[in-house]
Amino acid sequence: MTTAGLVRQHLIDPEVCIRCNTCEETCPIDAITHNDDNYVVDPAICAACGDCLGPCPTGAIDSWRIVNTPHPIDAQFEWDMLPANDAEVDDLEEQEADTLDSEAGELLALAHQFAPKTPPPASASTPHLNVATRRNPIVATVVGNYRITAPGTDSDVHHIVLDLGGDAFPILEGQSVGVLPPHDPDDQRSPAIRLYSVCSPRDGERPGHNNLALTVKRVIDNGHGLPGLASNYLCDRERGDTVSLIGPFGDTFLMPMDPASNLIMICTGTGSAPFRAMTEYRRRHLPAGPGKLWLFFGARTRAELPYFGPLMKLERSLIEIELCLSREEGIPARHVQDGLRDRLAELKVLLDQESTYLYLCGVKGMEGSIRSVLTEGIDDWDLREAKLIEEGRLHVETY
Amino acid sequence: MELIDYDAQIPNNVALASDDRLKRALEQWHPGYLNWWNQMGPMGFNDSEVYLRTATGVDPKGWAQFQYVKMPEYRWGIFLAPGDPERKIGFGEHFGEPVWQEVPGEYRAMLRRLLVVQGDTEPASVEQQRHLGATAPSLYDLRNLFQVNVEEGRHLWAMVYLLQRYFGRDGREEAEALLTRRSGDDDRPRMLGAFNEETPDWLSFFMFTFFTDRDGKYQLEALAQSGFDPLARTTRFMLTEEAHHMFVGESGIGRVIEATATAMIAAHIDDPTDVERIRSLNVIDLPTLQRYLNFHFSVSLDLFGAEASSNAANAFAAGLKGRFNEHKIDDDHRLTNSTYPVLRLEETDIVNRNEPALSVLNARLRDDYANDCTNGVKRWNKILEKAGVDYRLSLPHVGFHRQVGEFQMAPIDPSGQVHKGVAFHDIVEGHLPSSDDRAFITSLMQPIYEPGSYASWIAPPKVAIDNKPGDFEFVRLHG
Repeated sequence: MTTAGLVRQHLIDPEVCIRCNTCEETCPIDAITHNDDNYVVDPAICAACGDCLGPCPTGAIDSWRIVNTPHPIDAQFEWDMLPANDAEVDDLEEQEADTLDSEAGELLALAHQFAPKTPPPASASTPHLNVATRRNPIVATVVGNYRITAPGTDSDVHHIVLDLGGDAFPILEGQSVGVLPPHDPDDQRSPAIRLYSVCSPRDGERPGHNNLALTVKRVIDNGHGLPGLASNYLCDRERGDTVSLIGPFGDTFLMPMDPASNLIMICTGTGSAPFRAMTEYRRRHLPAGPGKLWLFFGARTRAELPYFGPLMKLERSLIEIELCLSREEGIPARHVQDGLRDRLAELKVLLDQESTYLYLCGVKGMEGSIRSVLTEGIDDWDLREAKLIEEGRLHVETY
Repeated sequence: MELIDYDAQIPNNVALASDDRLKRALEQWHPGYLNWWNQMGPMGFNDSEVYLRTATGVDPKGWAQFQYVKMPEYRWGIFLAPGDPERKIGFGEHFGEPVWQEVPGEYRAMLRRLLVVQGDTEPASVEQQRHLGATAPSLYDLRNLFQVNVEEGRHLWAMVYLLQRYFGRDGREEAEALLTRRSGDDDRPRMLGAFNEETPDWLSFFMFTFFTDRDGKYQLEALAQSGFDPLARTTRFMLTEEAHHMFVGESGIGRVIEATATAMIAAHIDDPTDVERIRSLNVIDLPTLQRYLNFHFSVSLDLFGAEASSNAANAFAAGLKGRFNEHKIDDDHRLTNSTYPVLRLEETDIVNRNEPALSVLNARLRDDYANDCTNGVKRWNKILEKAGVDYRLSLPHVGFHRQVGEFQMAPIDPSGQVHKGVAFHDIVEGHLPSSDDRAFITSLMQPIYEPGSYASWIAPPKVAIDNKPGDFEFVRLHG
């Protein structure tokens, strides 16, 4: 990975490494070698695929430096400890570490632009990032494409199941993937990628079959009078068609693995995707966990609410759902902020617990209204918010 | 990629669901296993949620998934490393022939014996570590102990799978017997000596995981060369888990050394043999550490068996158990005419003699092991060097304090000097932990269960597990 002549070099921390040989055994392209003293990565061979990271028992393998010239292996053999970073490239490293794909990084940055810089929940699993890149995307096959809003409504939302074949593509709940839409071969520029939250849990839409699912809303007008390129492409895919994926992306909007944690999830429309993944994980693996799930879900009508049917079938002991419908005939209009206001007393009790996590995902507009409700209803909200952010317990992703 | 069905009662990538006979056999064995775990597994923590690593696939991205699990609910299972349809036997009389997917009739008894001996060591370590949870120096260490425990349990599953799948009724009986022996039991002890020793304190545990689990690495790697492909693939995957156990030992001792060095420097103690003053700082003095090291290294050497062994030669010739990194060794892989230098005791001298390589395979494996240990000790010494403490740990000579093989009960001191006419016990006594040493270590063993807190005698880890901070709640003690 190079940026302006700088190289992101993969190294092994000799102070932590126990020389167990696992990394050398794992590396698919023999980039790792050793002598009597050290295990080292050959910068001329390593492709930063990350295969060696998970199996390393010590964490020594997950060491990176941004350098002008890569440290050769002969020098690495001599090290007792890792060298310091070149001073002038420190900032760049931080920037690089956030995400390896700058384009996806920009999109994620946009989704988080008004969001606080929150660390992931303490008990979250460590995500894999950039397993597939634009140069080496994963080609997935569509094995299902279902409309999940009622026919005849304006909101055409699809649930698309993608089979990943024999490729490893580990996803955690809350992560996104990049989709490469079709590309005019005469156009010299690279096609723009689109990010979609994965709506299936880590073990897939169908466990044991190496697949994942996306929630995609067909965009009729992208603001320039044109249909959305990627969303129409995806919604029109049929069984057997292929789609190129890159990623995964996102290392903070993740779910806590502690079964005692309470998740308050607030969303509109396709913002429900990550929450479907989180809920499904808990339903499959921790159905009797002591933690509480609480979903505030906003849509215009029932018919336009994605996953309305399956959502209503979930056990009340697993999740509590507060539907907020703004244009349903015969009932007063409610938005997610109204739902939140109605349940503020209970919310406060839950927020007092250190095991409670708050997530927002959906259209950007809801962020401000929700903030107002919380600021008005909870005396010391500003202080609490800062604490929640610091503790990795408040996560916002809006678009 | 073979995917592991993690929702099944016995997660596996060996198509268990389609093999009714094997599935029945394993399901019958399972309750007995759980019963053994509840009787002999970690005492007192069955209701705690432990942040454990569990395999959900054998590919690099799938096999290290972390989550909170109660130990009795850990998904033990059967995971084989991916196979290679082109793989050929790499050594012995069948060199170059395709590997076997079924047990060759003529080697049945020999192979079964290899599996039973390996299998017996796995529950033994769990039994030896049964009481350690009560005195853990931190939640981080407690979690590491439990991770080692559940993986040793899974390694038992791995061997039981091979016994039940490939050895019919004999295999099922051996699988049952693995659950009836007990470490240190007078009437039905575990099969190998080191696995009947007590692991009474955390210093012993760290030494055990550094030295004895490293023996496991060498035995498993030699089995991973096997011409019997299911064994090779099983042990290949076990090795990836074994690496963590050695990490626990190496980093554990490293952190003990760091705590001692830091305390000595802070108290301006220059003399590492000023034991009384150092112990008063509630850290472990280096000479005591050296005596523990002497004990565990020598006991682990015994696990390699006698230098010359016809069993090892037969297993090699048959293509069942190779040498460490066999595929990387540049020779004929048959050893018909080659020799290997072996240390022998002649009167008062220890001499190096070339002997037929095939007959001294155990000595070769032991030498590879000892070399690996030497490098580990070098890394510990770097911690002392960096801190500016004038003391260096060292491995004792391979002839010191041996109960098995060429140097059995020979009066050899740690430097390798033979003391003719002096009793074995008189030689070894001052170089092994004394009852006073053990009493002092026991006095330090007070549990610390506060997240982010560590006992005085051990430094926090440089890197915790799964990129978690040191104060992460690795074990939730409330049930």
